[in-house]
Amino acid sequence: MQIRELIGSHKIIPVPVDRVGDEEDLYDLGMTSFASVQLMLALEEAFDIEFPESMLNRKTFQSIASIDRSVSELVSGRA
Amino acid sequence: MNAVPPAFTPAEPTVEPVASAAKPFLDELFETGVLIPSGVDGLYGRSGAFEEVIDRFETLVERHAREDGAVKIHFPPAMPRVNMEKSGYLKSFPQLAGSVHSFMGNDMDHCRLLSAIAEGTDWSQFQQPTDLVLTPAACYPLYPTVAAKGPVPADGLLFDLKSYCFRHEPSKEPTRMQFFRMRENVRIGTAEQVSDFRERWLERGPKLIRSLELPCALDVANDPFFGRGGKLMARNQRDQQLKFELLIPVNSVENPTACLSFNYHQDHFGTLWGMEREDGEKAHSACVGFGLERIALALFRQHGSDVEAWPKSVRKVLWG
Repeated sequence: MQIRELIGSHKIIPVPVDRVGDEEDLYDLGMTSFASVQLMLALEEAFDIEFPESMLNRKTFQSIASIDRSVSELVSGRA
Repeated sequence: MNAVPPAFTPAEPTVEPVASAAKPFLDELFETGVLIPSGVDGLYGRSGAFEEVIDRFETLVERHAREDGAVKIHFPPAMPRVNMEKSGYLKSFPQLAGSVHSFMGNDMDHCRLLSAIAEGTDWSQFQQPTDLVLTPAACYPLYPTVAAKGPVPADGLLFDLKSYCFRHEPSKEPTRMQFFRMRENVRIGTAEQVSDFRERWLERGPKLIRSLELPCALDVANDPFFGRGGKLMARNQRDQQLKFELLIPVNSVENPTACLSFNYHQDHFGTLWGMEREDGEKAHSACVGFGLERIALALFRQHGSDVEAWPKSVRKVLWG
């Protein structure tokens, strides 16, 4: 899944991403505030989307599942 | 139109400054000689009275800092460029950073430099970056200094800092200066130690400001992080209540000015600079920052341009 690959390749968290559950809290796993910005920019580029201001919050990037939901919503909204 | 400017209305302790002054506050400050214009927004001379108010206010802060056993250090307003690069400041606030450049050429380059100035063209191309950048916050030079000294002791560390700081944000609001002084107390230790420290100042700060008969209110705040990503960082900071500000009306009641800030950095600087405790855990840190010019401006705004005419009770707190 592309989201996991992006988290891994951009070193968003200091632990191997393949051991992270979909619902696990990425902030608890050591994702810094700035890393979440890097992830946001990487997701926007990879999926050709732009997160609206209403989505620029801690919850959106909290877990792989929450990111997946937001990205899916934006990708389907675009189509 | 001929009404007394509201800034100079004698104020009861509970009275708030009037929202819209007859003229911009900055113009008042120039006319009364409290600040001296330089021709560049945000860069001003300060009158003797203004400096004395800052000195007196600082003695109040210092009293607390001494009681707490803080180690006093004053850094110059510049720091090594490599430390700014490592600090991450340019990730979050590239728009505010200032760096020092200087001429390092030969005679021919010097001629070109002078020609460019004479012709009114860009002469900055004849300057090179030096090893220095301007200090953006009083505590930035502290962390590498602490890290270099070895493990943070079990009791933690406490510092009382002061520095002129630079932020590139020219403005007509006198409260937004490009060069200003920040007094800061910084606690480094366990999460509990630094949280206790911040809690203590969250109580003390408003008390101190109210003793000067200034209206104030605490609020959750965020730093002015750059760009769209910055919005996400700002929300994160607010959600976690990492930053509080003590707001005092200066330019207007509607948009009061942050004069004190209370920040919990978690282990951000501990991890960044390798500040570790004796047990090997990364140190946490927190700081309380006093915007000295802003506090002085709040006093001049509330109590008037003539410090001799300030309420006796306020003068007693400051001058004893």
